[in-house]
Order: sequence, then structure tokens, then C-alpha cells
Amino acid sequence: MRAKPRAAAMVHREVAVAVTKRVLILLLCLFTASAQAAVLPDERVDVLYHGYDGGGVQVDGPSILVRKNVGPSVSVAANYYVDMVSSASIDVVTQGSKYSEERKEASLSGKYLIDRSTISLGYVGSKENDYDAKTFSFGIDQSFFGDLTTLGLGVSFGDDVVGQNTDPTFSRDLQRRKYSFNASQIVTKNLLASLSFDSVNDQCLDLTEEQTCLNNPYRSVRYMTESGGYSYQAELYPHTRNSDALGIRAIYYLPYRASIRAEARQFSDSWGIDADNFELRYLHPYREQWLFEVKYRIYSQTGADFYADLFPYKDAQNYLARDKELSPFSSNTFGLGVTYKIPAGLIPWFDKSTANFYWDRFDIDYDDFRDLRSPDEYATGDEPLYSLQANVFRIYLSFWY
Amino acid sequence: MILRRLTLLALLFCIAACSPIKPWVKPYERQKIADEIMSFERDPIADSYLHHVYDAREAARGGDGASGGGCGCN
Repeated sequence: MRAKPRAAAMVHREVAVAVTKRVLILLLCLFTASAQAAVLPDERVDVLYHGYDGGGVQVDGPSILVRKNVGPSVSVAANYYVDMVSSASIDVVTQGSKYSEERKEASLSGKYLIDRSTISLGYVGSKENDYDAKTFSFGIDQSFFGDLTTLGLGVSFGDDVVGQNTDPTFSRDLQRRKYSFNASQIVTKNLLASLSFDSVNDQCLDLTEEQTCLNNPYRSVRYMTESGGYSYQAELYPHTRNSDALGIRAIYYLPYRASIRAEARQFSDSWGIDADNFELRYLHPYREQWLFEVKYRIYSQTGADFYADLFPYKDAQNYLARDKELSPFSSNTFGLGVTYKIPAGLIPWFDKSTANFYWDRFDIDYDDFRDLRSPDEYATGDEPLYSLQANVFRIYLSFWY
Repeated sequence: MILRRLTLLALLFCIAACSPIKPWVKPYERQKIADEIMSFERDPIADSYLHHVYDAREAARGGDGASGGGCGCN
């Protein structure tokens, strides 16, 4: 009677041994594959000015990056970035008044090279008058198979404090976690491919059910009133958000000196939002000095489960949102760019210098977010759907040394 | 769905890892791959700024090969 269990246990043990052996062989294969040493990133300085103008919002400001090697194995980088915001967005026009604010971000990161591995550490801190964020990150990359394959794992920990200008006692703690896996592959002499997977978790800390931290604290939802008009109440979001995103990218070197790059990404989260985007980019050098880029990107997403442009009555459900970024919409982005290589020797101290100008045009069409700027002209719920056009430019100088 | 696809890709990679792989693109054949027009992130701060714009305008995040920081996008 006991023979069968004993036989089954032996089979299980053999299976376990076989699986363990195969896992060990796999690990051995991975970590003994011949490969060449990885390299540190370029030493460079970038000075950028950025601008965004669309939907009544203007954002501009500088960004400066300095990256330097310390010895043969360490690279350090520092970045300072500013957003100067002047906003009369549709939310502000319909629910508040125009405002200006400034957001400053500073980051420090380092890479340490050990044979075929790179270990990365990073810190990003940003501050604005109603939002503070700190993020620490750690990552490790390893190249395999003669540097044909590079695998990377990363994790980042973020702690944010959400405030509100109109209420100095308002303070919400938000914890963010991000886990990343990256793989890049030299497929052929002309083709590079990469895959990125990110799993992100946002968690509000120590809040009551009526409190919320993952939304804009100034934004409201609208609901129908008995008189046929509408009124507003505060948004209320879940206290957690989990999301997964998988992106694949490839660059192909064309038969002449030019490249075409394709990118696709799929996203889904615990709020019911599914999104995907596709991008095609063409890069064409002209003579020795010029590099031209043309880009087209499409993006679409479904809305969050608890999003509505107009709720049927007050407190219609436990979670309420009317953030157009959580609504269903699609967008198209068209971009042009040019890089000019400044002749060597014209700027002393640097091996290579470039001047760059890039412009992107965003066209966003919202499927369930209505334009309330002319409330007297339309019945409640019949207002025209909102659309947004934005111009984004980046002008920057880059120096290698 | 995304996790299932990723698992499938990981399994394919695992299968490939134990075969006797020799680098099929030799170091001296990587001249084109090393060209600046073949870089996924040619200019880091210009790329990260555009990711910041996407993050502010769209609900999707991650999967773009960019490292994250506090967005302050609310």
C-alpha cells in the first residue's frame, strides 16, 4: 500500500533533481559565455532649453547634464532640470484661475564597471511648491555572448509628498516602486533590438477612505443636478495603482548610411487602463556635418474604470475621476529634428560638439472629455469633445571631451 | 497578458542560452552597429525630456527603457 507513494516521491525527487540540474546548466551557460568588457558611457556636457506650448499651458526651462569618468571603471553624471509652468489649461479655466509655478529637479547617478557588468546607482529629487519627490534607483547590467546580448535588472524606490497651495495642512505621502527588466540584442550586422519591461506600484500611505493622494488635489468631477445642470465635487481615487508595460524597439541600418527605428509598447494597469503606442523614426545624415530626423508616433488608451466626464448624481460611485489623462483618447505626434556637428577645433577643449533643434507636434483627441468653456451654448452632456494641440521644442548644445 | 508574453520571451531566451552559441556578429563586423545613428538614446537629456512630456500627457508609463524619477505631473 505504501509502495505507490514512495514511487511517486522518488519520481518527484528525480524530476526535482533534473530541473535543478537544468537550471544550474542554464546559469552556467549564462555566466560563462565568452564576452567582451562593457564600456562606460561617453564623457559629455549637454545644455538644453525646452519648451511646451499647448492647451493653454506653457512650460519651458533649462536642463544641464555633465557626465565624467573617474578612473577607468567609474562614471558619474549630474543633471539639473527646471520646468517653469504658466497654466491656463481647460481644467484651470473651468474650475480655477490661471497660475504660474516652478519645478526644479536635480539628479546624481553613477556607474561602476566590473568586467562585463555595470552597476548603477542613482538619486533624483524634485521640488515644486506643492509636490516633493525623491527617488533612489539601483540597477545591474551584464553582457553575454561576445557582447551580442545585454541583460539588465533595475529597481527604484520613490517617496513623494503631495501638498496643496490653498491648504498648508494638506500633506499626503506617496510611495512608488518600480521594477525593471531590460534586454538588448545585436541581431545582425545591421539590426539592433531591445525589450523593456517595467512593473510600477504606487501606494498612498496612512490615509483614511475619504482621502486620496494619486490625483491632482485641485481637480473635481462634475455630476448632474436635479435641475438639469451640473455641479462639482472632489475627485476620489483608489489608494494604490499597479501597472505593467512592455516595450520593444529596433533600429535597422539601411543599405545606405541612414537608419530606421521602430518602437511598440503595450501598457495595462489596475485602474482598467490599457494603452499602446507605435513609433517610426527615420534618421538621415547629410554630408559630414548634418543629421536629420523625421518621426511619427501614435498612442491610444482606454479610460479608467472610475472615470466619467459627467456622473449621473453626486457620490455616484466609490471612486471618482475626471482627469482627461485617465479618459479614453488617442494622439498623433509628428516630429522633425536636425543636428549640426560643429567643425572640430572651432570650440576648444572639446573633441566633438553639436548644435541641435528638435520640434514635435502633438494632436490629442479625447473621446470622453467635453469642453465646458461655453456652458451656456450647450445642454449638459452635449458639449463638444475636447481636443488639444501642442508644440514641443528642444534646442541644445552637446560637447564631448 | 503582458506578463504572459514576457514569460514566453524569457523561456525562448532560456532555450537559446543552453545551445552552443557563438557570437554570430564578430567584433570587426560591428562598424555599422557602432554608428551614432544606431543609438537608442543618442542624447540622454533630450530623450528624457520627451519621456517627461509623454508621462505628463498620457496614463501609460514605463516600458520605454528610461529610468524613472518623481514626475510631479499632477
